[in-house]
Amino acid sequence: MALPNKPKGELKAVVNPEVVEQDVDVLIIGGGMAACGTAFEIKKWAPEDLKIVLVDKASLERSGAVAQGLSAINTYIGENPIENYVKMVRNDLMGVVREDLIYDCGRHVDESVKLFEEWGLPIWKKDDSGENLDGAKPAPSLREGGTPVRTGKWQIMINGESYKCIVAEPAATALGADNIIERVFIVKLLLDKNKPNQIAGAAGFSVRENKVFVFRCKTALVACGGAVNIFRPRSTGEGKGRAWYPIWNAGSTYTLAAQVGATLTMMENRFTPARFKDGYGPVGAWFLLFKAKVSNGLGEFYANSDAAQEELNNYMPYGASAVTPTCLRNHLMIQELKAGRGPIYMATDVALNAFLDERKEAGMDEKQLKKFWKHLESEAWEDFLDMSVGQAGLWAGMNIEPEKVGSEIMPTEPYMLGSHSGCCGIWTSGPDEDWVPDVQNESRSHKYKWGYNRMTTVDGLFTAGDGVGASGHKFSSGSHAEGRICAKQMVKFCRDNADFKPELKQTAQELADEIYAPVKRYQEFVGASTAEDVNPNYCKPAGLMMRLMKATDEYGGGVATYYMTSGKLLNICLDLLRLLREDAEKMAAGDLHELLRCWENYHRIWCVETHIRHIEFRKESRYPGFYYRSDYPSCDDENWKCFVNSTFDPDSQEWKCEKVEVQNIIETEPWL
Amino acid sequence: MPSYVDPEKCDGCKGGDKTACMYICPNDLMVLNVESMLAYNQEPDGCWECYSCVKICPQGAIFVRGYDDFVPMGGQVHPMRSSDSIMWTVKFRNGAMKRFKFPIRTTAEGAANAYVDEKGGNLDDENLLLEGELPTPK
Repeated sequence: MALPNKPKGELKAVVNPEVVEQDVDVLIIGGGMAACGTAFEIKKWAPEDLKIVLVDKASLERSGAVAQGLSAINTYIGENPIENYVKMVRNDLMGVVREDLIYDCGRHVDESVKLFEEWGLPIWKKDDSGENLDGAKPAPSLREGGTPVRTGKWQIMINGESYKCIVAEPAATALGADNIIERVFIVKLLLDKNKPNQIAGAAGFSVRENKVFVFRCKTALVACGGAVNIFRPRSTGEGKGRAWYPIWNAGSTYTLAAQVGATLTMMENRFTPARFKDGYGPVGAWFLLFKAKVSNGLGEFYANSDAAQEELNNYMPYGASAVTPTCLRNHLMIQELKAGRGPIYMATDVALNAFLDERKEAGMDEKQLKKFWKHLESEAWEDFLDMSVGQAGLWAGMNIEPEKVGSEIMPTEPYMLGSHSGCCGIWTSGPDEDWVPDVQNESRSHKYKWGYNRMTTVDGLFTAGDGVGASGHKFSSGSHAEGRICAKQMVKFCRDNADFKPELKQTAQELADEIYAPVKRYQEFVGASTAEDVNPNYCKPAGLMMRLMKATDEYGGGVATYYMTSGKLLNICLDLLRLLREDAEKMAAGDLHELLRCWENYHRIWCVETHIRHIEFRKESRYPGFYYRSDYPSCDDENWKCFVNSTFDPDSQEWKCEKVEVQNIIETEPWL
Repeated sequence: MPSYVDPEKCDGCKGGDKTACMYICPNDLMVLNVESMLAYNQEPDGCWECYSCVKICPQGAIFVRGYDDFVPMGGQVHPMRSSDSIMWTVKFRNGAMKRFKFPIRTTAEGAANAYVDEKGGNLDDENLLLEGELPTPK
């Protein structure tokens, strides 16, 4: 859709926006990897007359977590048995996962990667002598049997600066420009007036014009990523922007779904990645491709010590894996830091020089050695330049040359997500196949399948990528594959419910009034003070976000307490969040950009509240290194090797948390 | 590392159908001041330094200055992106320079095969487009 992209002077919000109503069959909310997968796949299954619209709060070419690019695809099954992929994910996530969803992702993901390559994504290959070729060099494609450059067992290297642009292109071609609405932020999902527990539409607003959009639909996909800026970040000035996960992810996926009654799962799970300090550049390639190790402040490679091994023995069977689960790796690092044995350094210098020494010993001459070094250096820098340019900027500013000096790494502030090494999200149906457990329970919150793969517990509402809970390690490719899975299921849902005519509970004007409430408040009260941002009648979204992050950081196990919390602290946090929710009603927006920030905050507050609620409910510390409960400090498999699912009832406005049984599909002996 | 705009180079995309940086910013940060017809970053502490605006600017007018709360001054990372490759210049605080060039795409822009005429088979099984028989867990 052609965008007005009018300048700020013309973006003042007005009290009475234009209201646009649209009837569609399928509504795709989000524009990242998952949504692009859906957009591409759905046209292959949909009848010609099915009306499909995608709504993105940014622009499709560079939206979502992959906007900046990536240097690797972290999930490509290739030569591995899918069963081993399931085993790896379940061990990394401490045993509590949906194996049906993970297996299903594993059997579709490679096709997405092969499509990416066909579309133009350069994928590194091995040449005949085993050396790395960049993705533009002539080599057989993956479909033709080419050998990708593996780093770990599941990762392959790419030249991924334009990864998202490349994936967005066929998605946009498939849907057609008229069916892609950019710069519209969906802030509410809407239930049907007549049919209980059925999605019927969504509402949002444009950040470019004073327009509210109200959609009626038969089925919707919600795939708007994870949640960032929900805990106080380590950098609170300008550097607040350098979040590890994309800063524009405001927890919308979880909040939108929860508010219409979709059951959430494992919201206690969070991801606290250990990354290069401040720049938050990726460490995966350094660990896996360059075989770098981390040392503590005493120069000890502590992760291989007897003490570390002894500590891991407390977390069996999880601690026994060759690649230690992500949270336990953090746990070992945090123990060093708490004992005053910081800083933790990635020995980039040792790693790079080891490669050179190896070549020297093999008799490589000076000229060849120089060429080899140039290539190696280029690979090292590309890792940052493809996906985390800021880290390269930090190295440039600090005069850091990785071959000469190591770099500090540090666990970040917590994030919520379902596609990376975390697994919070929405409880969905698995595939409708015999091998998926048929749980005898009336409630979908306990079942593993109810007809439509990746449908949430709300009829017609689907999710993918960061949205699907209890099945992490999908990453970019798995999220795309999951979006493709949803596409087919949504078409099936439309076919099976051809007679359904969505009708909304609220009028379009009521929705517009609610969405524009911060604008009205601003206009009404702005005159009460000479300083626009300091006013007794309203708060601005920037301040409210800081208040949220302070509460979660101090009481919910953020960096302030080395991720430690307790039942007592969590309940204080919940009290603060209740006050925050009340005051969020008093946010004011002077322009459309600020209205965007207001609604992102509503989503953040809700989403983090589910997180705190789940941690409070789970009376153990399932993910040491991600968070700890001082009152229940150990991982208690006997009582808590189960999902925690929670459901908000939109009618009674009450939350219900419950334990749900974990069923294994893949053999447990051997566990790995 | 927020983006900033060189006023000597920015022309407000007067000749284009859209303000490029404003069109592309995933976090709604870049805006055009209509009076001066110059773009700027309206919320520097919301900048992820994704470089989308830097890469798309037709005038090469947008640069990045390191976050002032942890990056020492004087370094700079700047790309030149073409249709098939990207060239990065990394300037260190001490004046040292490094240049790297990487491929970004192996097909022409707009040429990605969307399989527009291809149709799926049976709506009631789990196979997706182009997929053969699906495995089940052993």
